[in-house]
Amino acid sequence: MPKLKVDGIEVEVPQGATVLQACEAAGKEIPRFCYHERLSIAGNCRMCLVEVKPGPPKPQASCALPAADNQEVFTTTPMVKHAREGIMEFLLINHPLDCPICDQGGECDLQDQSIAYGRGHSRFDENKRAVTDKYMGPIVKTVMTRCIQCTRCIRFAEEVSGVEEIGAIYRGENMQITSYLEKAVTSELSGNVVDLCPVGALTSKPYSFEARPWELKKTLTIDVMDAVGTNIRLDSRGRQVLRCVPRINDDVNEEWATDKTRHAIDGLVRRRLDRPFIRKDGKLVAASWDEAFRAIAAVDHGGSVAVVAGDLVDCETMYAAKALARSLGSSLLEGRQTGMDYDTSSLAAVNFNTTIAGVERADAILLVGTNLRWEAPLVNTRIRKAIKKGAKVFAIGPEVDLTYPVEWLGDDLSVLGSLPDQVGELFGKAERPMVIVGGAALKGAHGAALELVDSLNLVRDGWNGFNVVHMAAARMGGLMLGYAQKGGIADVLGAKLGFFLGADEVDYSRFAGFKVFIGHHGDKGAHHADVILPGASYAEKSGTWVNLEGRVQRGERAVFPPGDAREDWAILRALSEVMGAKLPFDNLNGLREAMYAEVPALREQGLVSFDWQVPAIGGGANGRIERYPIADFYLTNAICRASPTMQRCSAELIHGEEFAEAAE
Amino acid sequence: MSAITSLTDKDRIFTNLYGYQSWRLDAARARGDWDNTKALLEIGQDKIIDTIKASGLRGRGGAGFPTGTKWSFMPKEPKPDRPNFLVINADESEPGSCKDREIIRHDPHKLIEGALVAGFAMRARAAYIYIRGEYIREAEVLFAAVQEAYDAGLVGKNACGSGYDFDVFVHRGAGAYICGEETAMLESLEGKKGQPRLKPPFPAGAGLYGCPTTVNNVESIAVAPTILRRGAEWFSSFGAENNKGTKLFQISGHVDKPTVVEEAMSISFRELIEKHCGGIRGGWDNLLAVIPGGSSVPLVPAKEIIDCPMDFDGLKGVGSGLGTAAVIVMDKSTDIVRAISRLSYFYKHESCGQCTPCREGTGWMWRVMERMRTGEAEIAEIDMLQQVTKQVEGHSICALGDAAAWPIQGLIKHFRPEMERRIRERAGTMGGDLAPMQEAAE
Repeated sequence: MPKLKVDGIEVEVPQGATVLQACEAAGKEIPRFCYHERLSIAGNCRMCLVEVKPGPPKPQASCALPAADNQEVFTTTPMVKHAREGIMEFLLINHPLDCPICDQGGECDLQDQSIAYGRGHSRFDENKRAVTDKYMGPIVKTVMTRCIQCTRCIRFAEEVSGVEEIGAIYRGENMQITSYLEKAVTSELSGNVVDLCPVGALTSKPYSFEARPWELKKTLTIDVMDAVGTNIRLDSRGRQVLRCVPRINDDVNEEWATDKTRHAIDGLVRRRLDRPFIRKDGKLVAASWDEAFRAIAAVDHGGSVAVVAGDLVDCETMYAAKALARSLGSSLLEGRQTGMDYDTSSLAAVNFNTTIAGVERADAILLVGTNLRWEAPLVNTRIRKAIKKGAKVFAIGPEVDLTYPVEWLGDDLSVLGSLPDQVGELFGKAERPMVIVGGAALKGAHGAALELVDSLNLVRDGWNGFNVVHMAAARMGGLMLGYAQKGGIADVLGAKLGFFLGADEVDYSRFAGFKVFIGHHGDKGAHHADVILPGASYAEKSGTWVNLEGRVQRGERAVFPPGDAREDWAILRALSEVMGAKLPFDNLNGLREAMYAEVPALREQGLVSFDWQVPAIGGGANGRIERYPIADFYLTNAICRASPTMQRCSAELIHGEEFAEAAE
Repeated sequence: MSAITSLTDKDRIFTNLYGYQSWRLDAARARGDWDNTKALLEIGQDKIIDTIKASGLRGRGGAGFPTGTKWSFMPKEPKPDRPNFLVINADESEPGSCKDREIIRHDPHKLIEGALVAGFAMRARAAYIYIRGEYIREAEVLFAAVQEAYDAGLVGKNACGSGYDFDVFVHRGAGAYICGEETAMLESLEGKKGQPRLKPPFPAGAGLYGCPTTVNNVESIAVAPTILRRGAEWFSSFGAENNKGTKLFQISGHVDKPTVVEEAMSISFRELIEKHCGGIRGGWDNLLAVIPGGSSVPLVPAKEIIDCPMDFDGLKGVGSGLGTAAVIVMDKSTDIVRAISRLSYFYKHESCGQCTPCREGTGWMWRVMERMRTGEAEIAEIDMLQQVTKQVEGHSICALGDAAAWPIQGLIKHFRPEMERRIRERAGTMGGDLAPMQEAAE
């Protein structure tokens, strides 16, 4: 624990900390461009120069200098001021003066720091450099003349996303950042380089010229594109969400978000259901709320009522639907739309017990039937970090590029019963072994995977290495609320009246009863519905979601639903009155209190502790994993299927279509 | 400085510097190379390092760090998975420097034997010789010479019958000046873009492939076997205190006979030129300035350099440096501003682009220098240029920023009147007014 002085303030920092971190600990702001907490140290912008004694008689890059005992650091001396002004001047001489038309304006590090540390006038009398723009794909727009060569994007691509497709070519003042062969960067995390870029060289293509940061209303909420529960901020103006950026949460998403999280939002204003519909003579016809409610109330269900929850719904909606079904005399609830029927008697056995942050500490990892890169990209990045610390990864399933070295054990699940020697050897030595079971294995090999808990000794003091990775934001909340039948969705197919809460992945042909669709997008569910009640998307309601590790998180409403659409719980509450089964709450708080009374774990935000029990499922594991559950990362739910950006990503990055860009 | 006597033939280390004899192994052996090298190794690793330390050999690549001390930084007991490496810097790209080239093409076995001895002393597993890309014939010679040494059992398994396994690899660069910087060289050897690394960690802790590495200049390595054979006292009998030994001087420019010559350190500039180069073109009165150590050191005007001892400390005393001892002599016919501007262009061209001050500063400095050359500038811009060089110097990751700044600082320090004269003259031809016409804003 080195002790040092920063401008006379004594600070003690952890071993291995840098002088920059010591300065921050002392409350001194150090300007920087290339340094980023979550990337490797480059030390190339030279903005963080400070004076250090003892040391050479020149300023030192504080981001790269280890803090040591008895150092004296000065951040305000003439030497430091001169150095900062000089670097600032150098950065600006070739930076275009196009702030008025730059999307970074208002949230630009270069703007902010030039005001704080620059000289305020220019002595540069030569011509400025111009650099041709590079193509980086459908997400990232480039204006490379603005680039200050901090190389954050290169380091992110290499270190975090694991896709070495961004690099620098040429040298000296001709150095240029480019994507490999100027092709789209094939990463599902590419949007993060936009946040990382300290200037306006890399900006968001779908968001370009949409808004200025100061005119946006910022709402903190939770992402629903996968089960990770990325903490996001939705920036909206008027009734439209214009931008989605990640918030920092080291337990969940660090400060990253997937491209789907960021850019599916343009699907929120397309293909929306904005008024109720009733099917008449085989065709959906617009109707009033009253007509729609009466049509539902007229169904003679005789207590045979089913509720199927979609992948994106919040716990409040599911609870309201559950309460309605109960008052109609039914408990047929199911959320696993595609027919999964794994045992849910112990929720710990279907939870991601290691926790997302815990993955980093694992030293031996076995993936069973999961393409984590698509199913939970931000868990995948954690595995990359674990590998950096020395972990080794085995995987069962069809071979895919997970961005890190994997020893594939074939796609035959029977290997679970007789793991090869090298697996046993590694797990025998491992201190923190973990197994991650994905959707492709959950169906036939849940029991066999659970047997590994004992055979590989996955659960030990302070460590639980058994994990199931879910793909739906609604899944864990749904399971906690009882949205699971023993036989899966097959058990609810016979109901006479079905409520489908944004369920767009169900095989509707197997459901013969009266279908009520409560959702926000005109997707598969709406096509098959007998009555459509227009609901709210995740951006348009305050809700509770439980992520794959059992973390309860709450989001706020950013905008109002379009047209006649209403928040889902309010629809169910109004409908209950018409159906003569009035629900006992009039507002969201009332609903939540009732929900907490039934599932107390949902009250507090944070990790739910499920009792660790291993249900005896057995059954062995047989058969090959033909494919992983996600066929197309960019088109997994109704919102992204409606999003032009996601369609473009899918076409270009997954199906390899070429897009000609108009020259500017 | 009268104590510094000039070198006689019997004390020359590089006896085939001019290629009058063959570079082949048998000829090299006849000159005394590879003569019972096993016995040199039997001196013992620590004693070899002590001898080099005692000889006062300072690194010949430019910085002048004591070579023996550098070797002693290497781990004494390398781990099997982290072997020690010796990297030999033959990426001689400094304008003016051409000594390593002569060693490699005419006396390559001196270098290879030195690699074995030095590598053995620092407990290295292998030596990598990184040779400049433009040295095509030289690389061919070096490849052949290494092969000869392998065939004769001098390097490789059980090198020279000593029981020590030592490999020598030759790697050709691609012609980037920056790859002569030691950490950029390591990056380049590893197959990456040649950009300097941040220090610390220093190469002796984590160098090539993350293993302990020492990077030495060709000349520092090539003189090692002779020092061991003839003893530290012999080597340290040349040169002034703290600047011991013999040195290859490379004199180019306006002398009658430009040459590469091995001389005792601390010889005076006058003696060096008179004895080996036939004097200054047009006589001593015609001398304008000298760049004494390769393009990256500041120039020294005639009156200061003439009796200056040519060594690290002597040239430091006149505000310059020995560098690689590449002496660039300029007489009064030289357009000195243009000469320095050309060097600025070189540094602009060779900047790797990694860190801000060098990437942006070298281009700016060159452009201003070009206007200084034609006089198309204002007097105040000379001060601005000086400030810009100060903003580059000491702020970059490696020394290329400093190297780009120093020649200009030297020019402004010694030839400011000449720069001002051009600006005035140009302003005169443009209408007689000192201040240029105001231009309308675009």
